[in-house]
Amino acid sequence: MIQVFRNPSYRFIENRKWAYLLSAVVLAVCLGSLVTQGLRYDIDFTGGTLVQVRFDTAPSVADVRRGLARTGLGDAVIQEFGEAREFIIRVPLGAASSEEMGKRVEAALAQEPALGKVEVRRVEFVGPQVGRELQQQALYAVLAGLGGILLYIAIRFDIKGGVAAVAAVFHDVVVVLGALSLTHREFSLPVLAGILTIIGYSVNDTIVAYDRLRENRGKGMVKGKTFAQAMNDAVNQTLSRTVLTAVTTFFSAGVLFAFGGRTLEDFAFVLVVGVVTGTYSTIYIAAALVVDWTRYVEGRVRAKKALVKPREARKIT
Amino acid sequence: MPRNLKTRAAIVLIVLVASIWYLYPPKRSISLGLDLQGGIHLVLGVETDKHVASQTDRAAEDFRAALDRRGIAVKSLVREGLRAFTVELASPQSWNDALTVAGEFQTFDRGREDQGAGRFTLTMSEREALRLRDDAVRQGLETIRNRVDQFGVAEPTITRQGEDRILIQLPGVQDPERAKALIGKTALLEFKLVNENVDVQAAVQGRVPEDSEVVYQRRVDRETKEERRIPYVVYKRALLTGAELTRADVQADPNSSGNWQVAIEFTPNGTRIFGEITEQNVGRHLAVILDGNLQLAPRINERIPGGKAVITGQYTIDEARDTAIVLRAGALPAPVTILEERTVGPSLGADSIRQGMIAIVASALIVFVFMLVYYRLSGLIADVGLVLNLVILLACMAAFGATLTLPGIAGIALTIGMAVDTNILIFERIREELKVGKTPRSAIDAGFHRALRTIIDTHLTVMVTAAILYNFGTGPVKGFAVSLFVGLAASLFTAYFFTRLLFDVIYMGRRKVEAVSI
Repeated sequence: MIQVFRNPSYRFIENRKWAYLLSAVVLAVCLGSLVTQGLRYDIDFTGGTLVQVRFDTAPSVADVRRGLARTGLGDAVIQEFGEAREFIIRVPLGAASSEEMGKRVEAALAQEPALGKVEVRRVEFVGPQVGRELQQQALYAVLAGLGGILLYIAIRFDIKGGVAAVAAVFHDVVVVLGALSLTHREFSLPVLAGILTIIGYSVNDTIVAYDRLRENRGKGMVKGKTFAQAMNDAVNQTLSRTVLTAVTTFFSAGVLFAFGGRTLEDFAFVLVVGVVTGTYSTIYIAAALVVDWTRYVEGRVRAKKALVKPREARKIT
Repeated sequence: MPRNLKTRAAIVLIVLVASIWYLYPPKRSISLGLDLQGGIHLVLGVETDKHVASQTDRAAEDFRAALDRRGIAVKSLVREGLRAFTVELASPQSWNDALTVAGEFQTFDRGREDQGAGRFTLTMSEREALRLRDDAVRQGLETIRNRVDQFGVAEPTITRQGEDRILIQLPGVQDPERAKALIGKTALLEFKLVNENVDVQAAVQGRVPEDSEVVYQRRVDRETKEERRIPYVVYKRALLTGAELTRADVQADPNSSGNWQVAIEFTPNGTRIFGEITEQNVGRHLAVILDGNLQLAPRINERIPGGKAVITGQYTIDEARDTAIVLRAGALPAPVTILEERTVGPSLGADSIRQGMIAIVASALIVFVFMLVYYRLSGLIADVGLVLNLVILLACMAAFGATLTLPGIAGIALTIGMAVDTNILIFERIREELKVGKTPRSAIDAGFHRALRTIIDTHLTVMVTAAILYNFGTGPVKGFAVSLFVGLAASLFTAYFFTRLLFDVIYMGRRKVEAVSI
């Protein structure tokens, strides 16, 4: 029998201070990048026109720009897309009537002698109204996702668990957004779908650990143990599953990233990063926060009791 | 003790047969999204405001004509806002007569009266305006559907979206620009009399009589591509519109080689009106205006009784054909604007399918081998469950008529990774139970039983996020949400119910089980 972990008893919770430090550093880097570099929104959210073209022979970006300059589109954003002869051209809103942008780009590029034959493979136009709506809806979707999860866990477990789980998910979202910002990837609709998937995945993971803790408590297996120890046990008991599932999901996402084509690459990137941070955050954010919160609450209860009956309180500790 | 083994096996069999039935034949059963087969996705906004305004204009002109028939002179008649117009009579003496005429306009309410000045305002009722807006979208939808049908697109999707939007999906269209022009054209054909009592040059500079307007005729020189715009002054009131057409066909223009023209034929009612117009206005010029552009303004030589006419305008054959289509299909009641457009060429779609398939197969293979190596016979059981999961997932999509998009393919690849999660949960649990010394049978029992609660929790949360995604997303993202949601629902069945059945068949039937291959 192959087993990754035999009776794991890692002291996850005990070492959580280091994890908090790591999380703080990672979050600082991500937030820093988000603040200084920002997110590059795709035309889904900003509105504008995107034209994907393919040439017979690979040209340079400068050649493509020279071609576009013929119709006054010289300041468009030009990006290589997947392979050397394929490009994406983004034109912001208002630069021209977007309806005929595909035709205009094609005509301009066909005239440039340095470029060879060109094929327009995709044209996307998002008007200002739709862009604004999508922005708003994206925010609502993420908030609805977080709210739904908070509610579900608060009902299924308790409010502490719900808040800690949402904190973990929030951490994951920030890390993923930071990773997007650091790697200069666009925030598009598929990326948003990826983020919502990661929200689901991360919570999924957290629930498995919480579920185990509750089951152990129900069976009276936590007697004589502190809450921190009980949580640590639950995390260890579910560790094999957590890691195995993370590995299979990571494989699936990794395959998408490697073979899914350029169109799916950003989406798959979110999943790959998200699986890693989602697994990490289950242990070191969701579980650890519940432990600290519980200790804090218990500490206050004790402190109150200590005020009333100092002697008895000392006995308990 | 295999509980209801036969019943459970029968359920699985029924599901399997139903799935295969829905999936056969594979080419036809699952429709591919536009991002996979290529085509146009358009969201049009109907400018319902303009429809309300133009209906108000029309009512104002009708009102003017009605006053005219009773010999009431009008000093001015001006539209205010979208749905009101103010009339000022030439003399206050005709006040009562004018009010009687106004009473005939039942959808308009009278207000802001000033009898001394002979002035009052007619405002369209709120309800009528709402009805007009709704009409504009519904008629627009119908008209566009007609046009697309005549253009010849296989399996188009044309639906209303929200209050004033129309979603159009045309798979496999080769010339997106032409399709867009055809769909987006208002195609309002109007016949108006040319006002020959005014100086055209003065009108161009802004001195236009209140009942008239300036329209232009565009003439493009085929050689130099130079465009000339010739101004005409016409009366605002349309005597006849494209609504009275029954036919529109393409013909070669006999007077100018290489050009094409559109021959039109009126309805009986249109024929009668056309006859009257031509009879009463012999010697004058009749302007034929399409979407605000004057096409031609021939002199009426005599009464034309047959209800047939020809529109010439230096058309190429494609232009003439498309004009004929839009005239036959009728005008859009209000102009439309493109709010969102996504066009994917067929070659990109084919690439996407290829890459998506590679991703699914690779992802499935890795997971299959992993499960087999790690859990041995139990892993094989999980793998069989996974295959069944994919079959059910695809069958459900075929049954619900869901479309498979590129993100949808990603959703399937991801489902493979997440579906085995359920089996991993169960198998790890069985291993644990075995470790504490339980017999194989009771370990399997306990493993499935104890994992169930967690499995339901995890499935529910991800399905909640999938549902949110579906509600929020546009086409491709919706496709992702659908395959994720259905995949998870199927995984509850296959990874729990189905694998449990296999375990029971293998381990529970035998008399003595020595060990579990897990």
